Amino acid sequence: MSFKEKLKSGKFIITSEVGPPKGTDIHVLLEDAELLRGRVDAINVTDLQSSVMRVGSLVVCHLLKQKGHEPIFQVTCRDRNRLALQSDLLSAYVLGIENVLALTGDHPVLGDHPQAKPVFDLDSVSLIQAIRKLEAGYDLADKELQGKPKFCVGAVVNPGAEPLEPQLIKFEQKIRAGAEFIQTQAVYETDKFVNFIEQVKQFKVPIFAGIVLLKSAGMARFMNKNVAGVYVPDNLIKEMEQTKDKSAQSIEIAARLIKELKPLCQGIHIMPIGWDKKVPLVLDAAGL
Amino acid sequence: MLVSELKSMDEIKEILKQEQKIFFLACLGCSDACKSSSKEELDNLEEALKSDGKTITGRVDVDFLCNKVLVKIKFLRNKDKWEGADSILVFSCGVGVQAVSKIIRKTVYPAANTKNLGGFQGVWPGEERCAQCGNCVLDLTAGICPYTSCAKSMLNGPCGGSNEGECEVEKGRDCGWYLIYERLKAINKLADFKKIRPLRDHSRMLPKKETRGLDFYAIDR
Ligand code: SF4
Ligand code: SF4
Repeated sequence: MSFKEKLKSGKFIITSEVGPPKGTDIHVLLEDAELLRGRVDAINVTDLQSSVMRVGSLVVCHLLKQKGHEPIFQVTCRDRNRLALQSDLLSAYVLGIENVLALTGDHPVLGDHPQAKPVFDLDSVSLIQAIRKLEAGYDLADKELQGKPKFCVGAVVNPGAEPLEPQLIKFEQKIRAGAEFIQTQAVYETDKFVNFIEQVKQFKVPIFAGIVLLKSAGMARFMNKNVAGVYVPDNLIKEMEQTKDKSAQSIEIAARLIKELKPLCQGIHIMPIGWDKKVPLVLDAAGL
Repeated sequence: MLVSELKSMDEIKEILKQEQKIFFLACLGCSDACKSSSKEELDNLEEALKSDGKTITGRVDVDFLCNKVLVKIKFLRNKDKWEGADSILVFSCGVGVQAVSKIIRKTVYPAANTKNLGGFQGVWPGEERCAQCGNCVLDLTAGICPYTSCAKSMLNGPCGGSNEGECEVEKGRDCGWYLIYERLKAINKLADFKKIRPLRDHSRMLPKKETRGLDFYAIDR
């Protein structure tokens, strides 16, 4: 069953992600992906995550596909104008890649090449529109294509954003433009997530709650201070502080969150941020 | 000197589709020099809008809309003239439109497209700025320029990095899309926020041959 068919079937979806390395050594990434085989429905491949220069998402998606994984090609608008974006989408389809996650992307000043020119010729909404247009057989300049792609298109939302209303309006624009599934930013507060789900359930789009593994109390505090719309409550910080085994505690917290969130949405998306090898353990602990 | 060109009649009519009573505010600075706020143009437009059944409640000229003092004296003090209007159509560069939108709680529409900078930019002291995009979209964004106020110059914002009104690139920097959202809410135009805006046409920044020939364009002439 393809990822798109699974989405349509209403099955509970599990996705995780891998981040391409800085440099040409791709072995660790492929090992990490191997651990996810049979455990997840698809693997996101990040696109120069955190605006840091690395191996590209498209090539890694291709390698994963060759090995029989189901990749989700993350595409940001930060580094390519509309010509390059459309071209990469066509290339992806030619390589058999069928899933795309459309993102605006972080600003380059947040990464390791802050001097770089920010492109943002398109944004997440117009990128989704561009994908739908390619599927209809035309490019953004209304020129006809010889052979058209077909994608399963996803987008992201931040359920903890303050204020939430403008993000909800943007969410609605993404759905109107043609997003078929939504992965969320990290969720640590179930009650806030319940409120978010209440406000978006009218759109009937599958939502996968984001799970980011907490590595330490310090990381939690850092996110609270620096990551928009992410708040790790005090009790979780305390648990991380008091534990003797950070890894076990982190897995326990992630599994607990998954169990709480599972009844509220159609899937979960695990972002291990370096702790890739622990993803199967989290799934074990969550009974998935 | 900011070079601007009047939007086409069709475009202006489209922008004003929902409006009934309109007030004209013209800048006699750079925009007058490049004829995007000349008397004939304003007369023509007034005629055309009237024949579409609209009311033009009045007109005011200000020497430089980018000059705070002049705007306050000549525009704000003439409140009786524009108070009854639904919206203000501003004949100026993008700086002038944003300057006006900043000080009144009414919908402000741009009548011109700002193309490029020859000489100096407007002198309005503040954060409003115009990137001379050549296709002014201030009518869609509550008179706040998305190209200069958003760090990513996005047309459909805010991005996921917007945090309590702050931009992701720097603490203390306003998120332009948060400002646009707040202002659209304040003037009861949140429906405009929901619209998916068409792609930017970067080729519009290239000045036309006639514009390049203007004395104001080439300062070394
Ligand atoms: S949209 Fe912004 S950059 Fe373009 S003309 Fe208007 S103020 Fe200037
Ligand atoms: S935070 Fe706001 S101003 Fe900054 S890039 Fe995002 S949308 Fe633009």
